Amino acid sequence: MQTIQYAGQPIQINDEGFLTDSSQWTPEIAEEIARETGVGPLNERHWAVLTFCREDAAQQGTPPGLRRISKLAGVQMKELYTLFPKGPGKLAARIAGLPKPKSCI
Amino acid sequence: MKRLMILGAGTAGTMTANRLHKELGADWRITVVDPETRHLYQPGLLFLPFGRAREQDLERPRQRTLRRGIEWLNAPVEAIEPDRSRITVGGSHLEYDLLVIATGSQIRPEETPGMIGDHWYRDVFDFYTLEGATRLRSALAGFSGGRLVVNVVENPIKCPVAPLEFAFLADDYFTQRGIRDEVELIYVTPLDAAFTRPVASRALGSMLEEKGIRVETEFSAGELDGDRGLIRSYDEREVAYDLLVTVPTHMGAPVIETSGLGNELGFVPTDPHTLAAKEHENVFVLGDATDLPSSKAGSVAHFQSHVLAENIVRASQGRSLLESFDGHANCFVESGFGKALLIDFNYDVEPLPGTFPLPIVGPMSLLKETRRNHWGKLAFEWIYWNALLPGRPLPISNRMSMIGKRKLAA
Repeated sequence: MQTIQYAGQPIQINDEGFLTDSSQWTPEIAEEIARETGVGPLNERHWAVLTFCREDAAQQGTPPGLRRISKLAGVQMKELYTLFPKGPGKLAARIAGLPKPKSCI
Repeated sequence: MKRLMILGAGTAGTMTANRLHKELGADWRITVVDPETRHLYQPGLLFLPFGRAREQDLERPRQRTLRRGIEWLNAPVEAIEPDRSRITVGGSHLEYDLLVIATGSQIRPEETPGMIGDHWYRDVFDFYTLEGATRLRSALAGFSGGRLVVNVVENPIKCPVAPLEFAFLADDYFTQRGIRDEVELIYVTPLDAAFTRPVASRALGSMLEEKGIRVETEFSAGELDGDRGLIRSYDEREVAYDLLVTVPTHMGAPVIETSGLGNELGFVPTDPHTLAAKEHENVFVLGDATDLPSSKAGSVAHFQSHVLAENIVRASQGRSLLESFDGHANCFVESGFGKALLIDFNYDVEPLPGTFPLPIVGPMSLLKETRRNHWGKLAFEWIYWNALLPGRPLPISNRMSMIGKRKLAA
């Protein structure tokens, strides 16, 4: 756990760079994490995904998986990989200020 | 007479039916619905391709796994209508007072374009079905060298460690056959590492390297090109194989989807602590059929069944539900050469090292390869048939305990 300055605010993040308190998140923070992770400036399509992820996580209690994002946010899998290269599930969660999607071991 | 219906008689449905048969009052009739006439010991499928289990030993007649007095309808469920508290079986409507959905998860290789076709069961195999595991055994026996790829298409999957165990056992198998040097083993995962939880990855991260298993991470298989013998990811990376062992997309039972009860993968939205269906008052969900972030594994179904049985009894008496399921999972992980690991974790606590206390047999090591853990895994088969399925008490708490675990800074 460490504290880092994002958009002029002290923000708590874990060792992998995920916000530990999702309520500290702001769109400005998202832009900064996007730059830092090489996703670059966020466009309308990025925001469609990020907004869906935040709304869905608030309802479900866990960040959505790729298939859920693709189906419910209406973004094809291939496009998800163009928007958030390498690991869209993980990257979208991190930029949206959500915890890392879970696995067992 | 009131009626409890349990859809699905796999690990979750069977042990819950047997447990409730003892605990629910005599004014309740229990009906289980399952189209399969035999009960399959699914953990054995991992061993079958390597000739370490025989298919005839992995199945038992369903009738023998259900306590006398439990009604079993040997037919598929055609529809579930929670708003009318009824299901459809064999064209007729059957009403229930309480419903348990335990219809599990199943592989859907057809979800990956190109996977089902000329190459399916020729050089592309699953090991999550009896047929797949049996056919894979022949393919492995005839494999004299080349590149074997183990690929998880997408998560969640049943028994999340099974693909890793398969890679470990393959390393062992080819070593015993004296052809390990001729075989290239590659583990291809959509996750960012083989072990993604911080403590497990620190403790076990070097295991794959030591075993000479290459790992390809963040690979989401979008399609299979069987003629060229490769899988291609959504971001256009390719991995070639001579033999592909795939863990295809998992989805809930088709009836969940056609009845409009499922999420995008056909899993039923479930309260993580009470196991009640989120949208229907007299419906509960158990085991792999839930959309919960707990592992899809027999141990989880077992721990859930404690909470579920208690909540069914409470619901039958009109009392409030316990919120006590904590996501507890407990799994042996085969690592090859007669050793295994044991992991124990829940929604909030990741697998940690230390010891796991067990009466009589003594403590088992956590997150560490030992021979004892391997024997534990083998002994589990007897426990499964003779204690777990019949719903007899086991000396393991359904809630995870920190006793014996070493807390480490994450």
